[in-house]
Amino acid sequence: MSNAGTSAVVAKSPAARRTAKITGPMLLLAVAGLIVLLSIVHLVSGADDITSSGTVGAALALAVPIGMAGLGGLWAERSGVVNIGLEGMMILGAWGAGWAGYQWGPWTGVLVGTAMGAAGGLLHALATVTFGVDHIVSGVAINILGLGVTQYLSVIAFDGVRGGGESQSPPVGDIATVSIPGIGAPLLDLQRKEWFLLSDVAGILRGLTVGVSLLTIVTGVVLVASFYVLWRTPFGLRLRSCGESPVAAESLGVNVYLMKYYAVFASGAFAGLGGAFLAIVGGNGYREGQTGGRGFIGLAAMIFGNWRPGGLAIGSGLFGYTDALQLRRGGESVHALLLLVGVGLVVAAVWLAVRRRALGAVACVVAGAGFLAWYATTDQVPEDFTTMTPYVATLLVLALASQRLRMPAADGQPYRRGQGL
Amino acid sequence: MSARLDLRRLGLAIGAPLLAIVFASLVTAMVLAAAGDPVISTVQTLWDYGTKTRTLALTINQATTYYLSALAVAVGFRMNLFNIGVDGQYRAAAFAAAVVGAEVSLPKPLHLLLIVLVAIAVGAMWASIAAVLKVTRGVSEVISTIMLNAIATALIAFLLRKVKVDVAGSNNIGTKPLPDSAHFPGLSLIPGSSLDVYGFVIVAVLAGVGYSVLLGRTRFGFDLRATGRSESAAIASGVNVKRMVVVSMLLSGAVAGLVGMPQLLGSSYSYSLDFPAGLGFTGIAIALVGRNNAVGMVFAALLFSFLDVSSVILDINDISKEIVLIMQGTIVLSVVVVYELVRRYGIVAEQRRVSRELTQIPTSEPDVVAS
Amino acid sequence: MSGPITVGADHSRGRSHRGGAYISTSSASSSAGSAPADVPGIAVELRGITKRFPGVVANKDVNISVRRGHVHAIVGENGAGKSTLMNTLYGMQRPDEGVIVIDGQDVSFRSPSDAIAAGVGMVHQHFMLADNLTVLENVVLGSEPSRRGFLDFTAARSRIKEISDTYGLGVEADRRVEELGVGDRQRVEILKVLYRGAKILILDEPTAVLVPQEVDELFDNLRELTREGLTLIFISHKLDEVLRVADEITVIRRGTTVATVLPRDVTARQLAELMVGSELPTPETRESTVTETVELAVEGFTLHNAEGRAVLDDVSFVIHRGEVLGIAGVEGNGQAELVQAVMGMLPLSSGRLRLGDRDVSAWHTRERREAGIGYIPEDRHRHGMLLDAPLWENRMLGHQTEAPNVKGPWIDRAGARRDTQRIIDQYDVRTPGIDVLASSLSGGNQQKLIVGREMSGHPTVLIASHPTRGVDVGAQAAIWDHIRQARRDGLAVLLISADLDELIGLSDTITVILRGRLVANVDPAHVTPEQLGSAMTGAGETA
Repeated sequence: MSNAGTSAVVAKSPAARRTAKITGPMLLLAVAGLIVLLSIVHLVSGADDITSSGTVGAALALAVPIGMAGLGGLWAERSGVVNIGLEGMMILGAWGAGWAGYQWGPWTGVLVGTAMGAAGGLLHALATVTFGVDHIVSGVAINILGLGVTQYLSVIAFDGVRGGGESQSPPVGDIATVSIPGIGAPLLDLQRKEWFLLSDVAGILRGLTVGVSLLTIVTGVVLVASFYVLWRTPFGLRLRSCGESPVAAESLGVNVYLMKYYAVFASGAFAGLGGAFLAIVGGNGYREGQTGGRGFIGLAAMIFGNWRPGGLAIGSGLFGYTDALQLRRGGESVHALLLLVGVGLVVAAVWLAVRRRALGAVACVVAGAGFLAWYATTDQVPEDFTTMTPYVATLLVLALASQRLRMPAADGQPYRRGQGL
Repeated sequence: MSARLDLRRLGLAIGAPLLAIVFASLVTAMVLAAAGDPVISTVQTLWDYGTKTRTLALTINQATTYYLSALAVAVGFRMNLFNIGVDGQYRAAAFAAAVVGAEVSLPKPLHLLLIVLVAIAVGAMWASIAAVLKVTRGVSEVISTIMLNAIATALIAFLLRKVKVDVAGSNNIGTKPLPDSAHFPGLSLIPGSSLDVYGFVIVAVLAGVGYSVLLGRTRFGFDLRATGRSESAAIASGVNVKRMVVVSMLLSGAVAGLVGMPQLLGSSYSYSLDFPAGLGFTGIAIALVGRNNAVGMVFAALLFSFLDVSSVILDINDISKEIVLIMQGTIVLSVVVVYELVRRYGIVAEQRRVSRELTQIPTSEPDVVAS
Repeated sequence: MSGPITVGADHSRGRSHRGGAYISTSSASSSAGSAPADVPGIAVELRGITKRFPGVVANKDVNISVRRGHVHAIVGENGAGKSTLMNTLYGMQRPDEGVIVIDGQDVSFRSPSDAIAAGVGMVHQHFMLADNLTVLENVVLGSEPSRRGFLDFTAARSRIKEISDTYGLGVEADRRVEELGVGDRQRVEILKVLYRGAKILILDEPTAVLVPQEVDELFDNLRELTREGLTLIFISHKLDEVLRVADEITVIRRGTTVATVLPRDVTARQLAELMVGSELPTPETRESTVTETVELAVEGFTLHNAEGRAVLDDVSFVIHRGEVLGIAGVEGNGQAELVQAVMGMLPLSSGRLRLGDRDVSAWHTRERREAGIGYIPEDRHRHGMLLDAPLWENRMLGHQTEAPNVKGPWIDRAGARRDTQRIIDQYDVRTPGIDVLASSLSGGNQQKLIVGREMSGHPTVLIASHPTRGVDVGAQAAIWDHIRQARRDGLAVLLISADLDELIGLSDTITVILRGRLVANVDPAHVTPEQLGSAMTGAGETA
């Protein structure tokens, strides 16, 4: 019936630029470069916390819930369903973890939290896939419902229980942490030496290898496994094809509805897992308002990461890091970060100049100079500005790099079976 | 023929939300029963308390705020723009209005006017960021407004600390209280109630009428609705879609600016840390339930407000008042599902009916068409 | 060659290809050995197929038999029911009556997967490809080779290369589809079907989007396929192409099969008669109404697409009052862009537009419409209607700044409704009322409403893009009459159509567009469809 073919040619976005493949060595180089930069900033500003193991450890713990929410977003959107109900599913997960966790131990809490998030996902799938409701509308409704259900259940389940109350669960036991044996102490020594670069590397390594919660490791495995499942298996290909071109998928016998159900179910489960992590590792049980919009930040991290698992890991790491800095002498540490951003922008300007992109280069120089001036003229950054960072960063990425972002082609579009006739 | 048609449509339009509300009530009743709470007496308690004069006044006050928020959302919805950012817009607007209002002294009507205008301008300005990002960079307004909500929260917190005065008797901080000339007079609308209704309810009613007239009766409204129904057809009909996006987003933001006003000018007179947040999301829910219809949203706002206000009594009777949150959430979700089903059913039913009525008219040649 | 390809020449069909790279069940279970292997028998037979949609009979009593190893063309006008028939054969719809026989076995397809399993594959007109996936991913999707739960990329790659080499398709497995041109995408579609072991390929209007060289390449590919023993069902309404490539031709008219002929026995004209019925509209000799006054002047329209290729290349023409200028061309040669540029919906790279004596190049779509350009869009659902709005609101669409629809900034409901009723009466729009939703009208009635609406704005110029596409015969005749009337009333009409008879029957002048350029002017009074056809495909370029 429709013949959009001809006119669509022109309406298409600018020729999809071939983005250079990011290879392993390049990534390592980038990480090394970043560490060197951080060390320099550390040296110049004297803000010890920007590379301390405490900060890095906290950053990791703060990044996990964001990353899990983002992963939830990734699964759903790769199958073509936008999920802004992540926040509600996370709340369900946190509550479930608190409720089951205080009674039957933290790991049961994790399972129940994940299951409750998945139930939210199932509801979203039912509304969007089966009933064809607009994805945003359904997501908003689920956020409202998730909040309502947990608040109601809290009163019933936690009020009057020892240590609990109408807005929080009784404390949940801890999940064990692990360390790579034998390297904690030497690294700590090294970190305390305050040697340029070496101490910084030690701090970062220590943060990543000492006292890491088992659940953090689980989530890391989940992230990596998601990549393999989505990009290396027949199941993943089918799932992604539903987000790119459900009509094509259906014409090849892929059960589009079912794939979307799987994806949105998994999406809810990961959001729930993120919520459970918040309740058990991030906190000491469920508290009302615990998620604090992390479902949305997760979505932001996913977009920041261009709908890719690696990208979303970097995104959530970045957001987790800024969060962590804020907790650890925020004003001073974040202030040091200004220097980093300023220097980074100047480096970017040089790179752009080499590639003869004058306009971009000038813009970067100006912005970089601005940040450096900000650094030079102040000695604290108000914590509210740190809170804003993930959101502003995402807006900037969307505004400045939207041509490089590639969201699934059929993302958010309602799909009815047989639509491609 | 057309009269019957309209009746059918009207029936569907009213029947659908009723069905959803009945469904939500059943779900809620089951939840209550499962929790061991008496269903009938809970409803009885709600109703008895909810119809008290004082509660009625509170309900109307709350509904005023909800309604404005729903209007703001609906302006966008009607052209397929999801302004999730009403939340940030009204808080930014209310904060700015509170600061400006406390700093100037003017005769009453002018003072009120100035505050409201500031709120409108700031709401529109905050919304314009998302509009500009959308038309120049193609950024989805859903994502950008979510981000802008969070940015607004942080920005307001920062600025509030700069201008703060301590609120007496608590560790709350807020803006300097508004002078008397900036108090919107209340109305004693409910006979026998000691509590006045926000005078701002009049503004809300006017806004509703304005919304209805603007969308239904003007060229601009036609363009806006056409864009919402089919962007490609709107472009072909000569609508400048980019301009429509900017204008309607600004309009939505401007209305959002009003959302905080009943509270600010009617009871709190200052913007403090405990200024109500999240009203933008309630607005989305109400716009959905009221189907973006000016009258429908009145009922939806009253329903939500009634549930919120009268639920207070439940706690006293040892029933968790959060049960109404479940009810509201279920209403929203079932309403959107029912609407979608009814919409699809309506289209198919009408196609059938039209072809049936046409085959009764004797025609010279049958329509053999494969589309 | 190592590992002979079983698809094709091998009739045993028992494909136990290594690693289970594709669905191994295939048709083996149902028909292995049942059909005589060596006789070029009947591969597909459709008996008495009837398919009804609400209010419409799309196919009735269709009978076709297709021989193995043949290219069997199915021709018919737009809307004759070809696509419905093929969707039925491919399992996307179920017939209400009739049977499908594949290799002597009755089959009943509940979904495309059933059809695929029986060896039937479909190459869709609108490519069913995911741009952001690689060729390999697109090809294997739904029947992926796997090893220990993971997709076996190595096996898939080598199998794709194998098929590609056997049939000379030249497809590279690891390229992203969005980087490919149209011809390449089509070959990926064909490969997709072959990969699934199809022996019977349905090609739905495969040449619609191709330029002539690509058509030649495609036909070479097709010959290669039949040489390997595959059966092709080729759907088209382009008679010259059908005569070139088909071994046998079945004609469908108004939903039913009217004849099956051999290409050597018929001429294009005879085929055309079979397609449209006995009375082929001939260019009527009529009094010229063309005046000396230029009403619309297109000057040097140039438009580049996102890849920087010129979709319109220095297109210039004028239309006088009382003149119908027809633009002929294979679809996708810039017609849609030309129309949208004239309407101001696409920004030009360069060029000017004059309306009467005014330069309107910088005017917005709305201003152009207000200045008197009426517009019948090619795709009425996308550009002409609000499907879920009532008829009277659709009457306003595109004229929402003009009387009788508005008074100042206000909508004049009464005026718009009254005028909608007038259009319905005057243009014979069959509807129970003006409050029904546009989506409930048939295509022909929707189109009549659009024509009526556009003629009601007192236009001086009418842009009619495929004005009778997908409408029934009655509506077609009515719309043609309205265009003739417009011409008599002194309008300048730009007519774009894929229907040559429509072009010849209505136009005073015909110009041919090819790859975004106007390449020839022909006189409709003397031109034959064959001459026009060769100009459109560039065959006359060398002369």
